[in-house]
Amino acid sequence: MTIEYTKISGGTVYDPANGIDGLVRDLWIVDGRIVEPPTDPTVTPTKTIDASGLVVMPGGIDMHCHIAGPKVNVARKMRPEDKRKGEQIHRTNVTHSGTMGSVPSTFATGYKYIGMGYTTAFDAAIPPLGARHAHEEFEDTPCIDKGFYVLMGNNHYVMQSLQRNEPERLKAFIGWLLASTKGFAPKLVNPGGVEVWKSHQAGNVSGLHQKVDHFEVTPLQIIQGVARAADELKLPHAVHIHCNNLGMPGNWTTTLETMKALEGHRGHITHAQFHSYGGGDADENTFNSKVAPLAEYVNSHPNLTIDVGQVLFGETTSMTGDGPLGYYLSKVYGGKWFSGDTEMESGCGITPIKYKNKSLVHALQWAIGLEWYLLVEDPWRVVMSTDHPNGGSFLAYPQIIRMLMDRTYRQDILKTCHPLVRERSQLGDLNREYSLNEIAIITRAGPARILGLKHKGHLGPGADADITIYTPHENKEIMFELPRTVIKSGRVLVDQGEIREVLTGKTLHVDPNYDRDMEQGIQDWFEKYYSIRWRNYPVDLSYLHESEIVPMITSP
Amino acid sequence: MSASATALAEAPATEGSLKVIQDATCTFCGCVCDDIDLTVKDNHIIEAKRACVLGKAWFLNHKTEDRPSCLIDGQPASLEAGYDRAARILVEGKYPIIYGLSDSPCEAQRVAVSIADWINGTIDTTTSVCHGPSGMAFQGVGEVTCSLGEVINRGDMIMFWGSNPAESHPRHFTKYSLMPKGMFLPNGRKDRTCVIVDVRKTKSAKAADIFVQIKPRADFEGLWALRALSKGIDLDPVQVKRDTGVELAVWQDLMHRMKACKFGVIFFGMGLTMTRGKHANSEALLALTRDMNAYTRFVAKPNRGHGNVTGADNVVAWRTGYPFGVNHSRGYPRFNPGEYTTSDTLANGEADSGMTIACDPMANFSEPARRHLASIPYIALDTKETPTTRAAAVAFTVATYGIHTGGTVYRMDDVPIPLRPSCESPNPSDLEVLTQIERRVKALIGITG
Repeated sequence: MTIEYTKISGGTVYDPANGIDGLVRDLWIVDGRIVEPPTDPTVTPTKTIDASGLVVMPGGIDMHCHIAGPKVNVARKMRPEDKRKGEQIHRTNVTHSGTMGSVPSTFATGYKYIGMGYTTAFDAAIPPLGARHAHEEFEDTPCIDKGFYVLMGNNHYVMQSLQRNEPERLKAFIGWLLASTKGFAPKLVNPGGVEVWKSHQAGNVSGLHQKVDHFEVTPLQIIQGVARAADELKLPHAVHIHCNNLGMPGNWTTTLETMKALEGHRGHITHAQFHSYGGGDADENTFNSKVAPLAEYVNSHPNLTIDVGQVLFGETTSMTGDGPLGYYLSKVYGGKWFSGDTEMESGCGITPIKYKNKSLVHALQWAIGLEWYLLVEDPWRVVMSTDHPNGGSFLAYPQIIRMLMDRTYRQDILKTCHPLVRERSQLGDLNREYSLNEIAIITRAGPARILGLKHKGHLGPGADADITIYTPHENKEIMFELPRTVIKSGRVLVDQGEIREVLTGKTLHVDPNYDRDMEQGIQDWFEKYYSIRWRNYPVDLSYLHESEIVPMITSP
Repeated sequence: MSASATALAEAPATEGSLKVIQDATCTFCGCVCDDIDLTVKDNHIIEAKRACVLGKAWFLNHKTEDRPSCLIDGQPASLEAGYDRAARILVEGKYPIIYGLSDSPCEAQRVAVSIADWINGTIDTTTSVCHGPSGMAFQGVGEVTCSLGEVINRGDMIMFWGSNPAESHPRHFTKYSLMPKGMFLPNGRKDRTCVIVDVRKTKSAKAADIFVQIKPRADFEGLWALRALSKGIDLDPVQVKRDTGVELAVWQDLMHRMKACKFGVIFFGMGLTMTRGKHANSEALLALTRDMNAYTRFVAKPNRGHGNVTGADNVVAWRTGYPFGVNHSRGYPRFNPGEYTTSDTLANGEADSGMTIACDPMANFSEPARRHLASIPYIALDTKETPTTRAAAVAFTVATYGIHTGGTVYRMDDVPIPLRPSCESPNPSDLEVLTQIERRVKALIGITG
């Protein structure tokens, strides 16, 4: 049988993982993977895509967004007004209809990601008890590969293992939990703080050293314990941390302590923007940027990576596994508020919010996000995110790219902001502009490396043929918001902005090796406190459909 | 999707001709108890360990009716002919409606929403006639809530408002809300205070430490009296007694206890959502719960009825963005309860064709709605003969979810739980019927996706 080749010919390729920075190259694809060019010069491809004059990059990877599962769906149910005035997604002969607003319906989510040239996305906060729900939504979120991080920073078994100083038990539990949920990585959200929220009015922890009642462990112990376990399990992605004290003036010290606590281990600090604030005692008048000292710490500590959580001006929906944060935000904005506590595991807060450029706090949040991109020296360790939809929609990525590549553009926006932003942040003095190669790093090559996805984020032989072809344009927002062609698993799904074909996309998950002898202890605990049966808890393979087990790494 | 439908039908323990299915899930009510051990003999369930009186009736009285899998205009027909006719009815309608879904697994619900999308139809679930007002209230004020395990482990003040779980959810008290010993409530019932607010002394009232009998149709006033008291606002005792039928001192005592508890829970039912005030009642209760979080922790939870009505809300919401009452006539989803909800599309004489899945509107809708439904061609899927299947152009007798077929259901607290089928059925599942209809609908209108 002859091999059917697809060839993308003559494009200007940006493939930073393979050291290719804007060189004209041909790409050859067989069975959804990129392959070496055929050695026989007489071989002709079955299909050729002429990319001459166009920019070719790996498909984009969103490593931190909220697109599926319990809290996302609650937000959809709660906000009809947001969707009625949003873009309407019409049904076509190949696609389902849907709704947008800040929390798009499942099909719309898949179509919008692929339409923007993103081929992989990770939901960042799934309670294990809702894992089955997330997988069901994933099957209805077409065109992209996807996975999720499993909430465990307030898990009773995690805290109990730490309290009893049983690291081997903790490691086995994390392995079991990831395998049972078919999840991808351990996620900490306000470690310890959500448990305190469950048992006290407006409860929370104030910092890394406050003991969580009943369990007598500190956030610091949770962070260090899970970071160590993630490394020892050799998980492809490190512990993914939403630090304590999100959004609070002065929280940068908590963030710095968290970074220091990770010494000796890998760690990813997510939506760093929300955790880089100076000022004191919840006083808005002293609110200011502390990106500089934090970025300096990141620059000198290669064990750390971050994603930004950029804020964009406009309306959106805040959704978080951080229950006390949801309560705080609902009081700030005074709108409708959802809070949901999940037994043994986690919490959740959702409320509509609006970022205004004339608000000092909001404009500073916007500037602080940009400072993070511009002050982390190594683009391989900073990743583009809006914490969709918390800072804004993932659809804002093209605009963020323009802000990073065009300092005049971002300075023009800065001029529309509250005047004190220039005094409270150094954004006005930062002249750095990103290159296309650096953009390719922070939107695909970097997140792939940070996630341990060896087949993604690059265009070398063996890589998934997830490829985006852009028409160059001086205005980078225009260039990146409407790719010429998007190829997923070797198939052209989007051409000239139109979806030509759909596929389900794979679920990416891990299957760690853990000490099975520990399962009995987990079961005994589970059966004592959970409201569902042990045997009905694990998500079985039938929920995965198309899927791929991402292998463990050889050394952390 | 058929894989998940069969995945949990793993080799059961066999003892002679007896088969035991452990941890089977009961879909009779929204409690979705998943700890039932079923004993099956000759394709009949002969024992349902741990099931309540309703669950036992569900499992033990279950029988496959000797009835054709498909009837067209009341006459036995082949499934193929039924699928063809069903697809034509749906495609030829100008205002097709799809309704029901709350006793069907998520896998089938998803296909039903797809069909509605392909035919520019309206999709609605039985939520619109039970907790639809709560869904609307939720869109107004939000909700502070939790999973049922949190109630077990933390709930020291358990309130029921307009809900009678002793009869509607018989294991509610013992499994989730009153009796269990929880992590922080080691003495179980002794560590909890139970308050029941209702217009009549229901069977549940016996379980209460405090029973508050309010005037019929005065839920809104009672809830607002509590809201005022929570904020320390002085109320006129005469007016309160007149408006609520309850002495101010009783409300004051209740509010005192509510503030003093550590983790309060209000379960509410259709006594609140389907009486005067409807969504305004639910909104008042959700707002009260929210208010209480300024003093302590407090949550609310609707006691949902049907086994997978919560799944229906979730599936319709993730696919369309809206929870029920969704119209696709413009080629994209629009939501308007009161307009796109089935009792209205029927009573207003707008729907001109339809499909009902696991519901019986001919038995429980208003007379104008029933009269209109009887006048239009529609398809009915049910496990048994009902007034709705009798008047249907195409009636499919389907297998029973949770007994014959697998899949996923969502408990009333949005926790997804898998089904473990125990018996075989000669009839197709909802999923199979809907998948076949969808395939034909797509072919008729030239959909390739």
